[in-house]
Amino acid sequence: MTTIFSTAAVAGDNVYSLVIKDHRFQPSELTVPAGKKIKLSVENQDPTAEEFESHDLNREKVIAGNSTATIFVGPLAPGRYRFFGEFNEKTAQGVIVAQ
Amino acid sequence: MFATAVIVFREVLEAALIIGIIAAATRSVAGRTRWLLAGLLVGLAGSALVAASTDAIAAMADGIGQELFNALVLGVAVLMLAWHNIWMSSHGKAMAAEATKVGQAIRDGQQERSILLVVVGLAVLREGSETVLFLYGISAAEGSGASSIVLGGLMGVLAGTSIGYAVYAGLLRVPLRWFFAATGMLVLLLAAGMASQAAHFLIQADLLTSLTAPLWDTSALLPMNSIPGMLLHGLVGYDPRPSGMQLVFYIITLAAIAMGMKLASRSLSPIAQKGKVS
Repeated sequence: MTTIFSTAAVAGDNVYSLVIKDHRFQPSELTVPAGKKIKLSVENQDPTAEEFESHDLNREKVIAGNSTATIFVGPLAPGRYRFFGEFNEKTAQGVIVAQ
Repeated sequence: MFATAVIVFREVLEAALIIGIIAAATRSVAGRTRWLLAGLLVGLAGSALVAASTDAIAAMADGIGQELFNALVLGVAVLMLAWHNIWMSSHGKAMAAEATKVGQAIRDGQQERSILLVVVGLAVLREGSETVLFLYGISAAEGSGASSIVLGGLMGVLAGTSIGYAVYAGLLRVPLRWFFAATGMLVLLLAAGMASQAAHFLIQADLLTSLTAPLWDTSALLPMNSIPGMLLHGLVGYDPRPSGMQLVFYIITLAAIAMGMKLASRSLSPIAQKGKVS
């Protein structure tokens, strides 16, 4: 059963924070270890909703204004994974670097 | 305006494809229009409600409420589509045989018709709540461009529904002999695609392991944000970077419904028919 249902706990040092402010991601480049499951904690400080989207990571999640969302990604192969805010694609751009 | 149109189009397209296929699959069910419309209205009302309470839903269950909600909605839709398909395969032959007297063949079809409401309602609810939220976000961000947002949104809705209608009209041209097989197959693939997406949300919420991710990568060949990619995603659940678990969900759903349809069509006898609808 443990192979089917993942253990929800991710070690504390695998939690990474992103902040959305003024329709931008901070930091815009995030370095994470390859081969490990990562917990992304995305805090949207703008009053408007944003959608965290990444074709490279195969993730998509709406984050309401002034709220925080949790997104699990990985384990990732080494490489660069682009992500963006779909509602403000011009400014909200970022990349996750797995190494 | 164009960005609004594209995003609204994307959300509407998915719901429109589902409605188009379901409407075609049930073309001979008496009163189906009323149930489809009711589903549409319930879905739209629900969307507004969900959009208004997104903060609460997203905050539920430690930040993974949105995934749970999506997976739940998709799961219910898959069950409903499975039921619909199995039900239709035991009645489809009879309906094809006397297409003009179909009203009689499914006179006890009350249950079947209410499924339409649920499936359409859920499809509209899921896509609609995202659309409403998005439009709300844009209008809040740039108060001046409200009219261009409305215009873009309308363009997106129009484009999405016309493709949904094209699918519906195209299916109606299929000869009756092939009609039930064709729509049955489409609904089958639709359901399997939804099951795979439900798995995707559970993986994103870390409630399910991905097995292998990605299993393959066709994002360079057929990207998800291209028109054919969007169409295939809506129709058969195409994913350019699926995980192993998604494929497992896809295949199990496909096999389970196909087997149910086979069993149902084999047990086609007056007694079995009577038993099914009661």
